[in-house]
Amino acid sequence: MKTEKHWYDYLWIAELIYFGLGFFNILFAWAGLCMFFIPLILALAGWDKAYCNRYCGRGQLFALLGGRLKLSRYRDVPGWLRSRFFRYGFLLFFMAMFCNMLHVTWLVFSGAENLRQVVTILWVFKLPWQWAYSGAVTPWVAQFAFGFYSIMITSTVLGIISLLLWKSRSWCVYCPMGTMTQLICKAKHE
Amino acid sequence: MGQLSMKQKKHAVVNRKLCVACGSCQKVCPMEAILVYKGLYAKTDEARCIGCGRCVKECPASVITLEARHEN
Ligand code: SF4
Ligand code: SF4
Ligand code: SF4
Repeated sequence: MKTEKHWYDYLWIAELIYFGLGFFNILFAWAGLCMFFIPLILALAGWDKAYCNRYCGRGQLFALLGGRLKLSRYRDVPGWLRSRFFRYGFLLFFMAMFCNMLHVTWLVFSGAENLRQVVTILWVFKLPWQWAYSGAVTPWVAQFAFGFYSIMITSTVLGIISLLLWKSRSWCVYCPMGTMTQLICKAKHE
Repeated sequence: MGQLSMKQKKHAVVNRKLCVACGSCQKVCPMEAILVYKGLYAKTDEARCIGCGRCVKECPASVITLEARHEN
């Protein structure tokens, strides 16, 4: 029987620390780039979906919330959610929102717009977050941090809604990182 | 060995076309009987699977079913 735990089984703690630090100082949001690049680097370097299968703190956190804390109803996801159309469509939408965030960062960098100290949840709801920025860095660096943190919070909110509605890790069905790494593996092995 | 219990007469089968290769199944399998193959989909080892159904419950895409073993 498989029982032993590994260090990487505790990466959900890093996920919590990440959100905690970003609450007090938005510049820590930059560290989230690791969660963006490491899965892609691993997939391209021949580790396939090792990130999802072992190291993803977010997946572990959802599994804990849904399973150990029994927050999930353990219902099946609707068919459309696991269709390629939705998964690839959501990936495209997510990338478009990511590019929009980079564009806003560029506008602040070029001086065309002022820094907006808000965290935007689900691309619509803007929460004031000014306490997390002391003006210590050039504005575009902070703008990127606010934008990236917004993306991380948004995906976590979607993940929590998904685990409440369906299964613990239902977010993984349409998680853009998961879809992207699987696409890389398909391109390499099929 | 004696006869297989009712549960052990079943084993896990993955719908590879819909599997998202997330690895939730391999994390909960007590027998290491299901593994994500090359990041594409999960593959089961029929000989190791005891048909406990943990992976079926956990799979976020609900693409695993317990099916009757083929009698030889
Ligand atoms: S699909 Fe996304 S959330 Fe799930 S394990 Fe992979 S990277 Fe993490
Ligand atoms: S849990 Fe389901 S979707 Fe995830 S790898 Fe296993 S069979 Fe595939
Ligand atoms: S049914 Fe049980 S033993 Fe078989 S693959 Fe699933 S979790 Fe493992």
